[in-house]
Order: sequence, then structure tokens, then C-alpha cells
Amino acid sequence: MNDQQDRQKRYQISSRKQDSTLLICLTGEFGLNNLPAFTGEIKNLFRQQKPGALDIDFSGITYFDSAAALAMIQIQKAAAAENIVCSFRNLNNETKGIFSVIYEEALSRAPLKDVIKRENLVMQIGDASIRIFQDAVNFITFFGELLFALAYTLRHPQSLRIKDVLFYMKRAGVDGLPIVGLISMLIGLILAFMSYLQLRLIGANIYVPSLVSFALIKELGPIMTAILVAGRSGSAFAAEIGTMVVNEEVDALSTMGFDPVRFLAVPKVLAAAIVVPVLTLYADFFGNIGGLIVGITGLDLTANTYIIQSLKTITVFDIVTSLIKAVFFAGIIAGVGCQKGFQVRAGAQDVGKYTTSAVVTAIFLIVVADSIFAVMFYYMR
Amino acid sequence: MHLPDNEPIIVVENVTVRFGSNTVLENISFQVHRGEILVVVGESGCGKTTLLKAMIGLQKTTAGRVFFRGMDIMAASEAELNNFRQNIGVLFQSSALFSSMTLRENIALPLAEYTSLDADTIDLIVKMKLGMVNLAGYENHSPVELSGGMKKRAGIARAMALDPLVLFFDELSAGLDPITAAELDNLILKTNEALGTTMVVVSHELQSICKIADRVIMLDKTTKGIIAEGTPGDLKEKSTDPRVHSFFWRQVPDNNKQDRSYVR
Repeated sequence: MNDQQDRQKRYQISSRKQDSTLLICLTGEFGLNNLPAFTGEIKNLFRQQKPGALDIDFSGITYFDSAAALAMIQIQKAAAAENIVCSFRNLNNETKGIFSVIYEEALSRAPLKDVIKRENLVMQIGDASIRIFQDAVNFITFFGELLFALAYTLRHPQSLRIKDVLFYMKRAGVDGLPIVGLISMLIGLILAFMSYLQLRLIGANIYVPSLVSFALIKELGPIMTAILVAGRSGSAFAAEIGTMVVNEEVDALSTMGFDPVRFLAVPKVLAAAIVVPVLTLYADFFGNIGGLIVGITGLDLTANTYIIQSLKTITVFDIVTSLIKAVFFAGIIAGVGCQKGFQVRAGAQDVGKYTTSAVVTAIFLIVVADSIFAVMFYYMR
Repeated sequence: MHLPDNEPIIVVENVTVRFGSNTVLENISFQVHRGEILVVVGESGCGKTTLLKAMIGLQKTTAGRVFFRGMDIMAASEAELNNFRQNIGVLFQSSALFSSMTLRENIALPLAEYTSLDADTIDLIVKMKLGMVNLAGYENHSPVELSGGMKKRAGIARAMALDPLVLFFDELSAGLDPITAAELDNLILKTNEALGTTMVVVSHELQSICKIADRVIMLDKTTKGIIAEGTPGDLKEKSTDPRVHSFFWRQVPDNNKQDRSYVR
């Protein structure tokens, strides 16, 4: 049994009445953990006996803490409310010391600041609208700064921190190879299998490779890779910069004359712009491998037939446009990740909030950009 | 006021802490007595914070044991550790207040977790604790709205929420101005005197050490052990160890008087 549990039982309250005065003797330990019990007992005693005065004797106390002292003050107030004068007797120096650090004024002082109340619906909508507008302004401003920083880096290539670019290429690219490969292969498998289920009804199994390669290279490859990189690296960029803001590292960069966007965002954006297209090609390859596995095992196609059929469908234009999309997606992921990181102001909660926002915004913008590209490339062809 | 007990409240026995091949503490032994303010001093990097973390169970020791009221905290069961955690309060160097919570929520957190008190009583205890650290009325403030000194005081209020037997302070006055630091020292002394709480303070602020310490132990970066133990007055006046002497008399190479005509 631990101390706290022990303490719940280690007290005794005895009472006796002298004339109109009720004398309550406290013996044992009185503290935070038996506070409701002894408070209730003492209150019951004077409420049942309705004395003219109440004397509480502290001479038998072996443990007493500030919570118990506070409870005694509350008992005194409760007695006063019933016109009973309550006084404390035989307090030793230690008990007096505890009472001396409880300030009546602190107990009754109104909070200097009100609790933030939930605003009504109209106010909430208004607030949200202003926030969205401010976010949009922030976003446009940041992308302007980023383009400016990229232009500066192009004109002054020696200002680029190559080591950082390589580091983030490894983080976003090399470290992402296993998961991108695995997911893409599974997507290829599923796509081939689902297509087969429908196409076999009209005896068109031979078109499964075309469908898989077409869908993967034109849409699924770039978009799946982008979503995976947004989840892995976009969030990491936001959290990293956000934590740097909280630790005043970004302020330190500014005071040392470095442009935080150029110093922190440019290497990440460049690294992403290099590795995302490579990851996209890698995803396309593994997606088609997935399709090939279904083709050989389920569709009775030979590997040769499957590959020839796939290649027939794909043009160089498709691959080039897919890579162009990948570069744009990379810009969105890294740009949004960094921008959200810079929006962090204080505290761990802010870092979490903007990290989530970085991923959600990046995925949303990727889908929007992909829609625009789909229409654009259709008319270009 | 706490139970009479002549036994030391904390016993640190032959504690060694190594990180890989790097030894931070070597064979440290000392005791903390009930009601005293023990200050652990030493230059930066000598392992003061590591020792404090070992004493509160956050740092596993490579060798040696730490006893809290006779219980080996390294070998304690989860229930015993829970009891231990209710009997200690810790003020971390950065105060470590939860930034997503108000001061009321910060201080009420241990009370709500470890007691069965109703919300009104908890609220009243929060007000009392804030009053004790001279922050009455700040219960709805968020930690980000407070200055460094106020954060420390709020951290102390949270550490004292459960009326612990021992309070640990890591770099109590680090980063604070001398007046705020002195106010904190007064608060520590008053709390120790009024509530009888045992305190272990990690510090290298000489003025603060001399003001609050009942006893000082000094760690050394080179030997990784305790090189001096005693009252601040004894160590300052009587120690013959040059390292202790230079610490207490602040004898560092003085370059202030050099020719500074080159300064623009």
C-alpha cells in the first residue's frame, strides 16, 4: 500500500461539547489525499451539533500539508456562514508556517484574463474567412520570396548549400525508395487485377497491360509518388522549420544576415525537384512490375507480350509530361512544407498544427494542379 | 510539515553514468536529508543535470543505485514509481509548462490525475498555489503570455501541486535577471521554511547558492565525481582545493584591464 493510500486511513477526529462550544481534536495525518473525507466529517459534526462556537485542536497532527490547511480555511468559512465562530488551537510553528503561505487574497482574486469563450457561428465563419484570406496572402507572399530566392541561387550558384541539397535528396528520395516501390507495385497489382475482372467479360484481357501502363505513367505514378513524398517529407520540412522557429534559430539566421527562405527552403525545394521525378519513374517501373506479375500469373500472358503491349501504349510525350508534373508537385510539396513551417509561432501544438496543414494543403494543391495539367496536356497533344 | 523521519530522504550510492565510452558521472555517493536545501554545483558539462535526472528516475545509471525513502528507484515496480512520482516535484530548466494549456490546466493536471478531488476544490488549490508563487489571477493565462521569471514561478506552482516531499530544480535562475533570480531564491527559501519541503537545486549561480543552500556538493568535470561537500560558507572560506576556491572566488583570467584602445 502506498503512502497516499495509507494516509487516507491515518487520521482520527474526536469531538466533545463544552457548553456551547464544540471541540474537535485532530489526530494523525491530514493531507491532499484524505481531504474530502476529513472535510466532510468535520462539516457534518458542526452541522449536526449546531454549536455556538467551534474549536479545532491541532496538537495531535503528525502530517499536515497546504491542501489540508486550505481545507481548514474553507471549514472556517463554512462555519462562519452558519454563524459559528471557528478557531484553531495548539498550532505548532510548522503548521503556522503552512497557513502563512496561503493568501486569502489569492483565493478570492478574479482571474486577470477571462476564459476564451466559444464564439457564435457568425463570428466563427468570419474568423475562418479572415484566416483563409490571410493564409492565401501568406502563401502568395512566400512563393514570391521563394521564387526570388531561387532566382538569386541561379545567379549565385556558389550561395547554394550543396551539402544540404544532398542531405534532403537522401531523406526525401533514397530513404523513400522502399515505400514508394512497395506501394507502386501493389497499386499496379490491384489495377491489373481489377481491370482484368472487367475486361475478361468482353474477352479483352490483352488490353490490361495498356490500361495499367497508361494509368500509371500518366496519372497514378506521379500523383501517388507526390502524395507519399508529401506525407513523408513535406511534413518533415514543416516540422523541422517549425521547431527552428520555436527555438529562435530562424531569428538567429535573420540577425546574422541570412535570408531564412534562401537558407532553409531553397535546398529543400531543389532536392525535392530533383528526387520526385526520379521517384516517379521508379514508381512507374514498379507499378508496371506489379501489373506484369498479374499478367503472367493470372492473364496467361507472356512477359514479352505484356511488355510489348505496355510499350505500345506509352509515348515519350506521356513520360515527359509525367516528369514535368512531378517537378511541379515537388515544388508544391517542398514549398508548402517550408511555408507552413515558417508560420509556426510558439509551442509544440503549433508545430503539430502546421505539419498537418502542410500535408493536407500539399495534397489538395497536387490534385488541383493535376487537374489543370490533365486539361492542358490534352489540348497540347 | 512532514512525518518525522531521521533517515535521509534520498541516498545516492556509487552512481556511475556513461554514454557509450563517455563517462559523465563516476562513483557518486551522497545523501539528502529531510527539509534541507542541497545545491549541486559545478562548471557547465560536469554532469549536474545528468545527476538530477538519475535522482528523479529519468536517467538510467550504468552502475550504482538511488534510494528514495529506502526504495531503490531503479528497481522499483510501476506502482512504487507512481508513488515516488507523487512525492516529488520537478522544475525543469525551461520550466516545461504545457504550452497548449492554461496555467490552471497545467497545475490542475497532477491533481486531477492523482486525487479524487472535485473540480471546485482543484480550482481552489490551483488559486492557492498560484498565490504562493505570487501569480494570483493568472490562472487563465497561457505559458506563452508569461515572462521567463513568471514561467519559472508557474513551473514551481505545478511542481508543488501535490505537496511533494522533495522538489528538484534544474538551473533555477538560468537566463533570468538578478532581481527576478533573487525573487525566486526568496520564494524557494520561504517554501522550504513554511512547508518543510526538501529541495535539491542544480545551479552555478554563486549568489543564489550562497543564499539558499544548507549544503553544497560540487562536481568536477575532470574527475567526474564529487570534489567538495559542505556548507557554502565552509567551502568558500575553508576549502583548500584550488577548483573549489576558484569556483567560489570566481578566479578566472581577468582580461578586463587589457588595452582596449583598439575597440572602435
